[in-house]
Amino acid sequence: MVQPLSLWLVVLVATGLTCMLTTLLAGLLLLAERFLVNYGPCAIDINSGDRQLTVEGGQTLLAALKSEGIFIPSACGGRGTCAYCKLKITDGAGPLLPTEEPLLTKDEIAADVRISCQVKVRNDLKINIPQELFSIREYRGVVKRIRDLTHDIKELRIALTEPETLEFSAGQYIQLQAPAYDKSPESVYRAYSMSNPPDDNRAVETIIRLVPGGICTTWVFRYLTEGDEIAFSGPYGEFRLSETDNEMVWIAGGSGMSPFWSMIRHMKTAGIERKTTYFFGAVAKRDLFFVDELTELADELPWFEFIPALSAPADGDHWTGETGLITEIVNRHVTAGRNDLEAYLCGSAGMIDAACKVLADKGITEDRIFYDKFN
Amino acid sequence: MTVQLIAASPIDGPMALRLLAILASASLTDNILLARFLGMCPFLSLSRQVRSAFGMGLAVIFVTTCTVWINWLLYAHILLPLEPYGLPADSLKLILFIVVVAAFVQLMEMLIERISTRLYYSLGIFLPLITVNCAILGAALFMTTSVTDPAKHYGGLDSLVYGFGAGAGWFIAIMLLAGVRSRIKEDSIPPALRGPGITLIIAGIMAMAFVIFQGMIKL
Repeated sequence: MVQPLSLWLVVLVATGLTCMLTTLLAGLLLLAERFLVNYGPCAIDINSGDRQLTVEGGQTLLAALKSEGIFIPSACGGRGTCAYCKLKITDGAGPLLPTEEPLLTKDEIAADVRISCQVKVRNDLKINIPQELFSIREYRGVVKRIRDLTHDIKELRIALTEPETLEFSAGQYIQLQAPAYDKSPESVYRAYSMSNPPDDNRAVETIIRLVPGGICTTWVFRYLTEGDEIAFSGPYGEFRLSETDNEMVWIAGGSGMSPFWSMIRHMKTAGIERKTTYFFGAVAKRDLFFVDELTELADELPWFEFIPALSAPADGDHWTGETGLITEIVNRHVTAGRNDLEAYLCGSAGMIDAACKVLADKGITEDRIFYDKFN
Repeated sequence: MTVQLIAASPIDGPMALRLLAILASASLTDNILLARFLGMCPFLSLSRQVRSAFGMGLAVIFVTTCTVWINWLLYAHILLPLEPYGLPADSLKLILFIVVVAAFVQLMEMLIERISTRLYYSLGIFLPLITVNCAILGAALFMTTSVTDPAKHYGGLDSLVYGFGAGAGWFIAIMLLAGVRSRIKEDSIPPALRGPGITLIIAGIMAMAFVIFQGMIKL
């Protein structure tokens, strides 16, 4: 008959046993990782011989390219939801992953387009990168000004320090890096459209709306102060004015103002005189901003019209302008059957989907509707 | 008058018969899913297509077989010998078993990724999900009661076969459900019952059918 050990000893043995097993297994896993997940250096061939990279295998293609200074657009930070980081991989990518399938169209799948944040570099790859993406790089700057535009929208102005200028076209966006802070253990990248005109190329301005629970917006609203250092990459995006002379309809809501605030001032300085009607939707008067500036521009520029609209004006607003959902206002103002009209949209996914429907009913074809959707 | 199908318990018979009985009871009469209701979560969510059910089922078989055996080693050779000294083997096994399962799934994921990228991709997200499949931990815990049960007294080989049987039982159940679900015409089901509702009803009917098997093999 064995003597039972004292309680303390039993606890000690139990704890020791658990720790031993855990350490043993962790060691086994580390060892396995060292030998099994080690793919060694892999060569990435870009645009059939244009550039050759050698990267450490095992990481995602998006991360590998970023470490080599090639920035592929990505709004979700590599989580496989935004589908911005599409790249053509002609060789070595392996079969299509279930996480990629819903983000790609049949034509894209047939053309070897892949989601680069999901594809891991396991062997040598051959990929195609559009030439304009090479101009995307990392920038550093100092926050020059943060001002409140409404109760939940702020304007951020960042003076560039390294490099000192940024060439972009009105409508493009940057990816702001929010560093790790108490709400987020790792740094994240989030996309924001530039609101300053392209000739103001020594700084970047953007309009940010507080998203409840949002990692980056909370950081901007709570922690970021004037004088802080900030990092971002850019410029990204295909959302820009077309090269035609067609009449335009702009539709925006909330911080969707950003690209149009850049475009209108760019058009003014560059002397682009295309007939433009700008519909801007908000809930009540307290959600409106830049109305005076835009009304002034509309008075000054004969080809520009600005129509702000409130969906639910408050009692004290004394609102005399358009009232209703922005889609209803657009429906009222745009005449049907205009096949020379181009539409530019920026705002929430719900607003854009609803507006696209209205525009389609008006006979504006899909190839003339350009949008920048928040998701 | 009662008719006894099997007179003597096969557990006392020759080795081959004993293993066959363990296998049959683990996979059919004592099916971990339809008689014990463990591992319901992936059972319901991954049974929409036969292909994904097949992948998940195979992975569960593999992990259950291996972890039940490793946990048997741990239980029979470390925990049980220490029990007379006052070590609470029954509480401790819970913690240790889940650690073993989690580590093993990780290891297997790396191994499969290395050996066959094709298999790795076809299993996809199901692989890491196995860690939280309670059927795997359940099988390991049932194994421990069979080890201490003086009538069964499972050894290493018995545990290995039991683990395989439990996994195979889960595989059979999810394949059956996926087969039924892929033949269902959603249009003819009342809207409120579509999706999870009708799946739970099907699973319930299948479970009733499996309850009838219970007791056919008395271990």
